[in-house]
Amino acid sequence: MSSFAEWQERYKTQKERKGPFMTVSSMPIEPLYGPENCYRFDYERDLGNPGEYPFTRGIRTNMYRGRLWTMRQFAGFATAKESNERYKFLLSQGQTGLSVAFDMPTIMGYDSDHPRAFGEVGRVGVAIDSLQDMETLFADIPLDKVSTSMTTNAPAAILWSLYIAAAEKQGVPSYKLTGTIQNDILKEYIAQKSWIFPPEPSLRLITDIFAFAKDHVPKWNTISISGYHIREAGSTALQELAFTLADGFAYVEAGIKAGLAVDDFAPRLSFFFNSHMDFFEEIAKYRAARRIWARHMKEKYGAKKEESLLLRFHTQTAGCSLTAQQPENNIVRTAFEALAAVLGGTQSLHTNSMDEVLALPTEKAVQIALRTQQIIACESGVANTVDPLAGSYFVETLTQQMEDGAEEYFRKIEEHGGVLGAIAQNFFQQEIADAAYRYQKEIEMKERIVVGVNEYITDEELAIPLLKIDPRIEMEQVARVKKLRETRDNIRVRHTLDEVRRAAEGTDNLIPKIIEAVKAYATEGEIVAVLKEVFGEYREKAVF
Amino acid sequence: MAETRIRVLVAKPGLDGHDRGAKVIARALRDAGMEVIYSGLHQTPEQIVETAIQEDVDVIGLSILSGAHLTIFPRVKQLLLENNADDIKLIGGGTMPDEDIQFLLEHKQADALFTPGTPSSSIIAWIRQNISASN
Repeated sequence: MSSFAEWQERYKTQKERKGPFMTVSSMPIEPLYGPENCYRFDYERDLGNPGEYPFTRGIRTNMYRGRLWTMRQFAGFATAKESNERYKFLLSQGQTGLSVAFDMPTIMGYDSDHPRAFGEVGRVGVAIDSLQDMETLFADIPLDKVSTSMTTNAPAAILWSLYIAAAEKQGVPSYKLTGTIQNDILKEYIAQKSWIFPPEPSLRLITDIFAFAKDHVPKWNTISISGYHIREAGSTALQELAFTLADGFAYVEAGIKAGLAVDDFAPRLSFFFNSHMDFFEEIAKYRAARRIWARHMKEKYGAKKEESLLLRFHTQTAGCSLTAQQPENNIVRTAFEALAAVLGGTQSLHTNSMDEVLALPTEKAVQIALRTQQIIACESGVANTVDPLAGSYFVETLTQQMEDGAEEYFRKIEEHGGVLGAIAQNFFQQEIADAAYRYQKEIEMKERIVVGVNEYITDEELAIPLLKIDPRIEMEQVARVKKLRETRDNIRVRHTLDEVRRAAEGTDNLIPKIIEAVKAYATEGEIVAVLKEVFGEYREKAVF
Repeated sequence: MAETRIRVLVAKPGLDGHDRGAKVIARALRDAGMEVIYSGLHQTPEQIVETAIQEDVDVIGLSILSGAHLTIFPRVKQLLLENNADDIKLIGGGTMPDEDIQFLLEHKQADALFTPGTPSSSIIAWIRQNISASN
């Protein structure tokens, strides 16, 4: 056998096909990783057994041998009635958890009849204005038997209160509820951009949620610290990893600053990552994430409970990797991305539908997406053993490179005054815009091939059916919320809103007051309007 | 003599916060030598038209991924007409099914629409071919 240096010499004499050989994040990759050029990991220090510090190999001892990841498809459109039917369909097809997508007015804190909601009701998700809508959304779905994730950020306290109130109406007490609210405002300023209030009062709402959950909703994941949106906005894998974990540490610090003991809220922090097309880069990212989180939580924040050290995460396959051209190819992309997430040890997974570049998914398309997960679980064999890629020269090297790169970013973020300082200086936003621009240039110069877009192009007409949102549903929803305001006890509503205002102006936990308001059928928009008066509104200084 | 540069307003109307495409296009147009104003997010049609007139742009580019395009394009077009500013070209991109694109173009609610996957060079070429820079 030749030495590595001799192999390299022989390699240089051979013809290489056209490069560049780089990851989706433009990171160059070596032709070979072997014992002489890999990262020399120490098993106990760097990997650990599954379920053991630093959890690189997985957060549980038995991982998928004990329980598969939750198959949790993000869904929601039109009004609560249509979305309720879609949830029932997905549950009947073998999905094991619910995930709610709200429309833009609900995301931004406007009722369906607000002037700014015009044309947007029910288009990107379900319209929820009040408890009445929440009850319809979960009609015949027992909330003590199913866990629900809700993608809501700025108004998360209100949507969570609506869920708790709807469950109470079903006879389910809050301590039995399981699920997640995304509730990650920092990444809104950075990437998803669905903010309402400025950072400080937003963090206050989040720490109020941490505190309330500890005593009243202990099985609930109070936050889903997200990299998905950062990646969708154009970041590299490393930026996604580093910025997400930096946000996570900022939330830990906020909780501690609010007077909470780290072990009282850290076990209920959860994460949400993207799964993009570069197979091994993504797997390395997830493994590095677990190791970094465990190390910092133990060594920097002094967490003592094992649950505080576990990075539990949901994954969604990359929307931004899908193409409008030849959309059936997206089924294949999603399958590879889902496989990477499973090999990376995700706890929960959403697979995109092939038509999502063009519209919300049809029933047929989302069924294929769900079957993709089921085929991985039942037919591919990858869930038979825990962390099968551990020890790979390539994967362990990439994992360590991810960790090293993230630590460097943490230093840069500190130099900018921490996450809030970095947001104010547009540090993250500029990094993301630069990465997005570089990616686009690579495609246009054919340094990066996207099948069907800049290579293997066909002239075919679009042949798949697309979901359409009937514009009449906006009119129906507007009528519904107007009628609600006429028929409810408006004196009680005014009183509860005053209580919300009083709590917002002071330091009392806002959640019990918001729950009282939603139970009185105050609308989301009305509660947000009160909070806006006290907290103000956020304004960005856009860079590109 | 200095060449007059084409002036473009890239705008994000409505509640949609997805600005990756808008920002990439804005930068590509700037790199191609145009004067680019980026409106930022959450703009109303009224705000967009006001900015376009104030900044004396040649073209407005709207980025819409929220499905609200059939409401927003006609509204912006109407405001341009009401303000005698309909010499400003109206283009855009985002998540729009083909039949909606055909509808908007046929009814002159937009001058050109660019779907996902369009290279920035195509957009630059269209602007250069269809706009003579005003003073």
